[in-house]
Amino acid sequence: MRNAFADELTRLGATDPRLVLLSGDIGNRLFDKFRAAHPDRFYNCGVAEQNMTGVAAGMALSGLRPVTYTITPFVTTRCLEQIRTDVCYHDVPVIIVAVGAGLSYAGLGPTHHACEDVAFLRALPNMVVLCPGDAWEVRAAMRAALAQDRPVYIRMGKRGEPKVHADVPADFAIGRALVVAEGQDVCLLSTGNMLPEVLSAAAILRENGISAQVVSFHTVKPLDTDFLRHAFARFGLVASIEEHSLIGGLGAAISEWAMDHAVVPRRFLRFGTPDAFFKQAGEQEYAREQLGLDARHIAGRVLKALG
Amino acid sequence: MIAETTLSAPDVAGLKQIAARLRGRVIMMSHKAGSAHLASCLSCCDILAAAYWDVCRIDPAHPDDPLRDRFILSKGHAASALYATLAYRGFFPEALLDTYCTDGALLAEHPPARLLAGVEAATGSLGHGLPIGVGMALAGRIRGERFRVYALLSDGENNEGSVWEAAMFAAAQKLDNVCVIVDYNKWQATARSNETLQLAPLREKWESFGWDAQEIDGHDVGALAARMRAVPNGSGRPVALIAHTVKGKGVSFMEDDNNWHYRAPTAEEVAQAYTELGLA
Repeated sequence: MRNAFADELTRLGATDPRLVLLSGDIGNRLFDKFRAAHPDRFYNCGVAEQNMTGVAAGMALSGLRPVTYTITPFVTTRCLEQIRTDVCYHDVPVIIVAVGAGLSYAGLGPTHHACEDVAFLRALPNMVVLCPGDAWEVRAAMRAALAQDRPVYIRMGKRGEPKVHADVPADFAIGRALVVAEGQDVCLLSTGNMLPEVLSAAAILRENGISAQVVSFHTVKPLDTDFLRHAFARFGLVASIEEHSLIGGLGAAISEWAMDHAVVPRRFLRFGTPDAFFKQAGEQEYAREQLGLDARHIAGRVLKALG
Repeated sequence: MIAETTLSAPDVAGLKQIAARLRGRVIMMSHKAGSAHLASCLSCCDILAAAYWDVCRIDPAHPDDPLRDRFILSKGHAASALYATLAYRGFFPEALLDTYCTDGALLAEHPPARLLAGVEAATGSLGHGLPIGVGMALAGRIRGERFRVYALLSDGENNEGSVWEAAMFAAAQKLDNVCVIVDYNKWQATARSNETLQLAPLREKWESFGWDAQEIDGHDVGALAARMRAVPNGSGRPVALIAHTVKGKGVSFMEDDNNWHYRAPTAEEVAQAYTELGLA
């Protein structure tokens, strides 16, 4: 995803002179093309995310479209007050781009895990929260974010994830869920980097005679409530799947909305990380297995729920 | 539109009179609203007078002019002093000052975001104004707009790590159109600044962070105006003015008495203060 982000950024920078990239001393060589093409619009802000975020707000207040970028916990949680006060309170078009959603950097340990960021940023007024499902959605999200006149958070995986789409999805729009695969028996709402895993889960379900609709629910805020209303009416089982804490993420957002609007799901399963730090060494694949977020566990729990 | 800075010498007498009027107004606002931070306001009135009546290229009729100088009150708790300044300078009617801290008014105890003409940034949480100002200055460079950014910080605000992040970044970027003024009144909310987190030697700290750091009498309006006018000053570095001030300046029984960080004056105390300020 991050290579698509860097490439898309370079492309967008050519047509939009307002676009400025602020990096938190990360992405060695990743932005070489952007730097070569737009040398006066790349700034390495160092390991100083509070300042980077404040600088971005100041730039946005002065007519630019800054993008802040580093590893997820550092570009979100470390500078949360700057995001809240400088960016969201001023309601300025800063795009916050995080690399390493959820357990992408599982092996680096809990300092580098990011399973609470959606909860934090979703709570902030004026903030849009986007969790693209593959590299093509990252490009679409960047384009959509740049067209906004408000703060946007884009939560990416890392690199080398399988591509789900064949091109930039033409019907990608902020706040509109994207159906990736049609199905009749269960609706799987995937957000962010879980999408390939959820498609694998759908394949296992298919082997077991279950037809799953797979949705890239890339916008966690604002929620596509029309889609949800429809999905809960149509499907006996709906599941939300995210590499994020069950507290405050997509599943929580859907639950809040459903409760507030008396939408009673027949059955709703939430997949996410538990209220605990994952302290074991090991890569993302291992962490997902341990936490029941791999395709096999997802499919198993869905099958059980379907009886 | 915005005129070039006058080349004549600062009108010291006029600036002093403006500073006295600002002091009177913030004392009255604190009295009426029962609001805190009066002493913090009094220590920076001379700085505000110099900035808004002598230094900054601003036009109250065009508060969003992209070429305007930016003045950011990073010590947002001195909001009433900023409000009085902006009203007296013509950004909004003086009558608005009477609504300070009343239900439903625009003028809260800290400056709001994009709500009030002349307020460049919402501050109140310390350590935010300088990074925002540095971003503005960098935006000006990118966009080819030659404006200056002034950020007024409290000494207690220098406790915040984000101030020093911004200081290092501005120096690395050689943002010589940025000027920090530290209102060094030697007190923070509940204690002597230097006994809380050691600021001293403050000028040397800023200097060592890559700034052209200068000590100055923060109540000398002529000197303040001259130093602030001189930005960018040819050093190729951002400028830090360590302005030695007295908290509660201008009113004998408030000066250097930190109780006035929170206390609001009674009617009798207002009258006495007005007499001392020559406003009675």
